[in-house]
Order: sequence, then structure tokens, then C-alpha cells
Amino acid sequence: MSAVLKQAAPVADHRVTSEGTDHRALRFLTAGSVDDGKSTLIGRLLFDSQAILADQLNALEQRAAGAPVDLSLLTDGLEAEREQGITIDVAFRYFATRSRKFIIADAPGHEQYTRNMVTAAAGSDAAVVLVDITKLDIGKGGQHPPVQLLPQTRRHALLAHLLRVPSIVFAVNKLDAVADPQAAFEATRAALLAFVAEAGITGLAGILPVSALRGDNVTLPLNAPWYDGPSLLQLLERLPTTQERTEGALLQPVQYVARDAGDDAKGAGHLPRVFWGRIAHGSVRAGDAVQVFPSGERAVVAEVRRAGSTVAAALAGESAGIVLDRQLDISRGDWIASPGGLRPVQRFTATLAWLDTEPATVGRKYWVRHGNRWVQARLSAIEHQIDIHSLAPVDAHALTVNQIGQVVIELQQALPLEPYADNRVGGALIVVDPATHRTSGALLVRSAG
Amino acid sequence: MNARAEFATSLDTLLPELDHRHLDWLEEEAIFILREVAASFERPALLFSGGKDSCVVLRLAEKAFKTRIAGNHFKGQLPFPLLHVDTGHNFPEVIAFRDQRVAEMGERLVVGHLEDSMKRGTVRLAHPLESRNGHQTVTLLEAIEEHRFDCLIGGARRDEEKARAKERIFSHRDSFGQWQPKEQRPELWTLFNTRHRPGEHFRSFPISNWTELDVWLYLARENIPLPHLYYAHQRQVMRRKGLLVPLTDVTPPEAGETVETATVRFRTVGDMTCTCPVESDAANATEIVAETLTVTVSERGATRMDDRTSEASMERRKKEGYF
Repeated sequence: MSAVLKQAAPVADHRVTSEGTDHRALRFLTAGSVDDGKSTLIGRLLFDSQAILADQLNALEQRAAGAPVDLSLLTDGLEAEREQGITIDVAFRYFATRSRKFIIADAPGHEQYTRNMVTAAAGSDAAVVLVDITKLDIGKGGQHPPVQLLPQTRRHALLAHLLRVPSIVFAVNKLDAVADPQAAFEATRAALLAFVAEAGITGLAGILPVSALRGDNVTLPLNAPWYDGPSLLQLLERLPTTQERTEGALLQPVQYVARDAGDDAKGAGHLPRVFWGRIAHGSVRAGDAVQVFPSGERAVVAEVRRAGSTVAAALAGESAGIVLDRQLDISRGDWIASPGGLRPVQRFTATLAWLDTEPATVGRKYWVRHGNRWVQARLSAIEHQIDIHSLAPVDAHALTVNQIGQVVIELQQALPLEPYADNRVGGALIVVDPATHRTSGALLVRSAG
Repeated sequence: MNARAEFATSLDTLLPELDHRHLDWLEEEAIFILREVAASFERPALLFSGGKDSCVVLRLAEKAFKTRIAGNHFKGQLPFPLLHVDTGHNFPEVIAFRDQRVAEMGERLVVGHLEDSMKRGTVRLAHPLESRNGHQTVTLLEAIEEHRFDCLIGGARRDEEKARAKERIFSHRDSFGQWQPKEQRPELWTLFNTRHRPGEHFRSFPISNWTELDVWLYLARENIPLPHLYYAHQRQVMRRKGLLVPLTDVTPPEAGETVETATVRFRTVGDMTCTCPVESDAANATEIVAETLTVTVSERGATRMDDRTSEASMERRKKEGYF
């Protein structure tokens, strides 16, 4: 029996310059509540992959004062947190195996939970949801009712799904603390599968038994006759990193406009301008016809550059410098795209995750950033709030911190939006309070127009 | 390209099991961040001390804004000046290296001198040989004010220290230059929120996601010049509390200590009064990569006297406006 439900598909490598495999770091978030063993699991991954060094272990040993070293202490960071014994913000941890570099976005599991998880999920390739098996009522024998999952497990998985984290992994933890690990795991797995089907979660990448405390099935596979799947680390090593599509129409947000470095053969005033930006989707090569947003002007690509050199082509995910065949007035915030490829809209519906202690107010004007452009936007309606334990719609007139809703936004000027599900760059915006400059919300475009 | 191919080959020969192609991805991300700084701020500056992390950031900036002619040579100009805070207790060979690199590249260097802050009376030392490291903050903030810098690009990494693990890529500082860990702006995707009021500024960390190993791999692969004290050399040192303290004018032996000669290299290069070398035979970047793979003491733990004061010492200094 294998507990891996969706084998990670081999990643189509889009980079012309490298051979075969995916060399990006895999960024994953870890979701769990207090006492689920999340910090211990992260400590275990760092410890087993030798990312913990002797002096750091020394500090832990001194604090343990003779008791077994608590690996969870490796991940707490700030003085205020040590005083209160909690974590208050997303922390980033690093480790590497021979085949991949990993970035852990560690989202703490208490009151600011949604805000932290939204922050950790934006840009993550995978989510590892911790399930504490000792908190479940497993029952005995075969005729017991199905296992009831804890609310936090449902919440964590649904949030990851709502935020479109591509791969979701359930790590069923504390297997060392149950009498019959096989039966407990099987029953939990059945409950998770039923929940995933009912909720329509699309990114399920695996359900794995682990003991973070003992290190079972974290890096090395579990030595048990009833489990022949991969260890957590083996699974993470082959999950795909998020890659934007390289075929189809070009979309490049202009990030930075540079004058060509010193190539003044044509005399002063004729230095070509280079439009730098990370390609959102598609590709660009010399000779391609392009159209500029918002001017609508058209041009032909004369040259494509990457980090100081001229190249034949650049692909989605890469920063490209585009030189055009004619002088156009283009600045940061504009978009370079395939002709006719953009459909700018002034009104759209979106999922809004609210991160600010000051509530989202209908009718208020905010700043939003889309691509590299800042525009004013009005929150024109809150259609409903989303219950993060069920994704069911709930009536609401305001969104407070840690709440998520479906909203209608009106823009002061039209933007070339795309559904977030199709493209992260075209479909993501941040909301900034014009009075405080705080980042107040995250918008994921559902439908434009 | 040839120099890079050669080094990649020597890395592959010496360390065949080591895959360093993720550096392309890290480089891509860092260049993206550097261009974001240049586009979003009116008066940014790049912190350049001659230390290895700032040498990496400088190379990334050359790649982001210049055109490569051949090997280590680029043409063009960076869109911002370089900034260094000199405590007056820096290793002379590092200052010489700094000035040589700046001259070679034809860039503009702004130096803030801690001794000027002492003359102005804004820095008061408790005693003449007190470590000046913590006092750099005053001079740094004075330089920011004088030159009206609105963003400083630094080479800090999140793997260096616990307080840094929660640092943003674009980190907001209030008008006192203070870091408020609880008031940090959530950083979503790469939609950085760089909006700020006059007098406030940002710190930007393009190599946040790099580890010490990544830095050495990149230094080796890109053939980036470094001050010689990063590589194995003979030096007079004293053994003190598990550290090797270099013998300098400002770090004399304490009572009962003996001075010995050891083969050492520096893993970080900061103020002379608080930077210690480690024993090592590694004579080039590739050998340091090999050594880093087997090392068991973290970079700051082995080399920084100031971080040993308390587990929270970095956090305190960051709150006060440290790098």
C-alpha cells in the first residue's frame, strides 16, 4: 500500500541553459496548531539534514539542563517570543539535500494564524499540514464511526486550497504515541481522503505517517511492514516547484527601465532603452511583435537580454531585458505583451484575505499594487465572508483581521488582470492603507470584468 | 563565461556530489530585488564593506545593471553609490581591498567615519578600547540623514542568526531608524510594499534566501575577488573562551594569555575588536566550500564575540537600527 496519492509529475524544465531537472528551491509552508509538533518536525528536518550546527545545539543543551534536547526550540526567534513561549511571525528556515535546496516558511498557529498563513502561502510551492493523531478519537475494531478531524486540520487544508498552494501534504504526526499506529494511521487517512473529496481539494500530494519526536519517516523511510511510501523528505524532494507556463502569449510587467550601458555608437540621445521585468507567462525572442499596456502602441522586439548579456530568448519566470525597434514611452508599471493579449478591466471580484487590525471598510479607497503598478481602488462590496472551517459563504458587512471574504473592487484605472488560478502575477494584488502605509490585505482575482 | 565555466568545472571535479545549479535561481531572485530597489527608491545606496557577503551583492548589482565585457569586467555604472561605515578599527587590508575594488569599478563610495561621530559627540565610548561595533549604528543613521538615503541594500542572510529568520526582504525603518519586529509588513509574493513617509527608510536584503554555503559556492563559481584574510594564512592569535582572538593594536593579549601563530582564515570580516578567525587550511573558495560542508559551528558562533553576550543580542542591535 502506498500512501502517496499523487506522484509528483516529472517537472518539465523550461530553462534552455540547464539540463533536465528543476533547480529552483522548493518553498513550503508548515501549518499546525500549538502542540501539533510542528516546531519539532522542522527541528527534525534541520537536524537530520545537518543544518544545525554544534554551537546552536550547545545553546539548546544548556537550556535543556540534562533533559533530552528539545528540537522545537531551534525555531523560535525573537526575545518577545521566548518570553511568551510562542512564535509571532513567519520565520524562514533553510536546509538542503544533495538534490534540492528547501525554504521553510514557518507559520505559527495561534491567534494571528490566518494572516501568517496567507503570508507564508503566497509564493509557496507546497503546504505541509500537521495532523496530531493523539488528538483524534480513533476507536477500536472495524465498526467504529469514521474519525472526526480537528477543526484546525480542516482550516489549514482549506486555507492552503483557497490560496491555491499547488501541493498539499498531510503529515500524520505523533505515531510514536499511539498503541496501534497502523490502525490509527489507516483510520486517519480514510478521514482525510473523505474530507479532501468532500471539500474538492485539488492539490493533495500525499498523506504520510511520521513521528517528528523520534524522527520516524521524516528523512528516512518508515521501517514498518504496513507502510511502503516515501518519507516526508523524499516526497518533498520530488514535488514540483511552481512554474509559470512558457507557451502561449507573452506577459511581462515592466519593473525597471535602463539606459543601455555606454553603447553610444549612434550618438547621444539614441541610447536604446532596456525594459527589464520578470516574465509572467509565455516567452520573448528578437523579432516578436508586442503591444504595450496602457498605451496600446505596438513594436517589434529588437533584442532580448538576461543579466548583462544578449540571449536568443527568455522564458516565463526569468527576468528579461527587452529592447524594442522604436522609441516608445514606457515606464515602470507598464506591461509588454503579445498583441491583443490583454483585456484590461476596471472592476473585478476577488478573494480578499484581510491582514490589518483596522477592518476593511466598504466604500473606502485604498492603494493596490498589481504587477509593478500602484493604483487607487475602492472596496465597493463585500459579497460574503468565507468560513475558513468549511469555505461556506457567510453574510458580512466588514472584514476584520484574519478574515477572508469574496469582494468586488473598482479600480481608478483599468488593469490587465488575469484569474489567480491561471497566473499568479496577473492575478495577485496587495492592498495598502493610504493612511498608515501598512499592507492590509491580499487579493486573489477570481474573475475580471 | 570561460572563467565561470572553469570554476564550475573545478567545483564539479573537487565536489562531484554537489549540485550548485540552484545558484542560478538565487541569482535571478537577487537581481530582481536589486532592480526593484533601483526602480522604487529615489536615493538608495549599497552597503559595501569589502566583506564576502557585500562582495556577492556587489557582483549581483553589476550583473543587474551593467553589461559584461569579459570575465570579471563589466561596463556601465551602478544606479546608486556604495556606502561603508568605517569604525576606524577595520582590518587595514580590507579597507585597502575596498578602495581598490571601488577604483577598479569606477563607482562612487560614501564613507561614514565613526571617529567623526566621536568628534561630534554623538558616539561616546565607555573606554578607549571598547568595541566600536555596536556604535556603528549611530554613524550609519547619521550618513542616512546627511545623504537622505531612502533604502540601504545589505548582504544580510536569514540563515545567519535567529532574529534575522523573520526579517523581510524589504524591511521598513521608522524615522529613528528603528526596526519594529511586531510592526513588520506582511510580504506577499514579490509585490513589495515600499511606500514610506519622508524621513523613513528601508533596508533591502537581496541575498536573504542564501546560506553561507551558497555564498561560498557563488564566490567560487563566479571567481569573485575577496580580501586575502578570507583564505588560510599565518596569524598571531590568543586563545580566549574557545575563540581565536587575533593580535592587533586594539586587541592586545590579556593577562596570562600567550600569543601563538596559527594557520587561520576569517569567515566574517568586521570590526577588529569582535571578529575572530578559525583554524583552517582552506586556501581558495572551492576549498572553503568543501570545509563548509563539514563544518560544525555556525558562522556567527565561531567568529563573533559580540553575539555571545546573549541569545538576543542581534535582535537588540537590529531594533536600534543596526544593519
